[in-house]
Amino acid sequence: MALNPDFIGRMYPASEPYLVGREKIREFATALGDRNPVYFDVEAANGFGYADLIAPPTFVISLTLKASSSVVHDPELGLDYSRVVHAEQQFSYTRPIMAGDELVVRTSIDNVRTVAGNDMLTTKAIIATVAGEQVATATSVLVSRGADA
Amino acid sequence: MTARVRFADVAVGTELPPASFPLARVDLVRYAGASGDFNVIHWNERVATSVGLPNVIAHGMLTMAEAIRVVTDWVGDPGAVVEYAVRFTRPVVVPDDDRGALLEVGAKVTELLDDNCVKVVITASSQGQTVLGKAQAIVRLA
Repeated sequence: MALNPDFIGRMYPASEPYLVGREKIREFATALGDRNPVYFDVEAANGFGYADLIAPPTFVISLTLKASSSVVHDPELGLDYSRVVHAEQQFSYTRPIMAGDELVVRTSIDNVRTVAGNDMLTTKAIIATVAGEQVATATSVLVSRGADA
Repeated sequence: MTARVRFADVAVGTELPPASFPLARVDLVRYAGASGDFNVIHWNERVATSVGLPNVIAHGMLTMAEAIRVVTDWVGDPGAVVEYAVRFTRPVVVPDDDRGALLEVGAKVTELLDDNCVKVVITASSQGQTVLGKAQAIVRLA
């Protein structure tokens, strides 16, 4: 099934604010087996010039995944999620995510297309504080493998 | 932001210390919990093989997270990473044994940019096969 091209350019309302906690950062870094002290020790983070613990670069995905869930499952979009694989991911950072940040995600659909029987969806997410300071952007390409592909 | 590598000390071709990261089933379960990505193909062999995969596969985002550690361990300050992008070209297959899979990562500086930034190209492989394509980061050095 081809994706609905009407969705190109569609923008979704900001997600509910996400309060970044120190323990969540520690849990995420522990799951990666990454003992970098800036993820665990506030004094070490201060030593690098940060007011609090910072999050690993790919922590952004745990916010955008949640925010894009309603997008990728929208029946009108026509994405067969059971056949979806993550094809590409790109992050740009204005600054690292930090414990205490209250963040909202604004997701939009950059592109939908069908290439060689595979549906491709490109979403862009802008991560900003509730005060409006942009922190990062995340661009994801998901591919739904066509039955014959 | 205070990277511990100085821009003046690197050149095109500078290699970063390589590293390898073991990924066992328990690591996938732990990452699922920490990230909120509970896609069944990352922990259930029955479902993974039913959709045509050879076995349970690691989250692409877990592979991406481990690959950038070669860069963040080098600069010390993960906040020095300005951009990071990858293509997921092949899954990391994680067998149900005590060892799991091994992800092997290398990286080198390929371009010197403005503002003390460098472009780093990352290679990542498992079982001798490349798993990330066009993996690159822009990093701001001291």
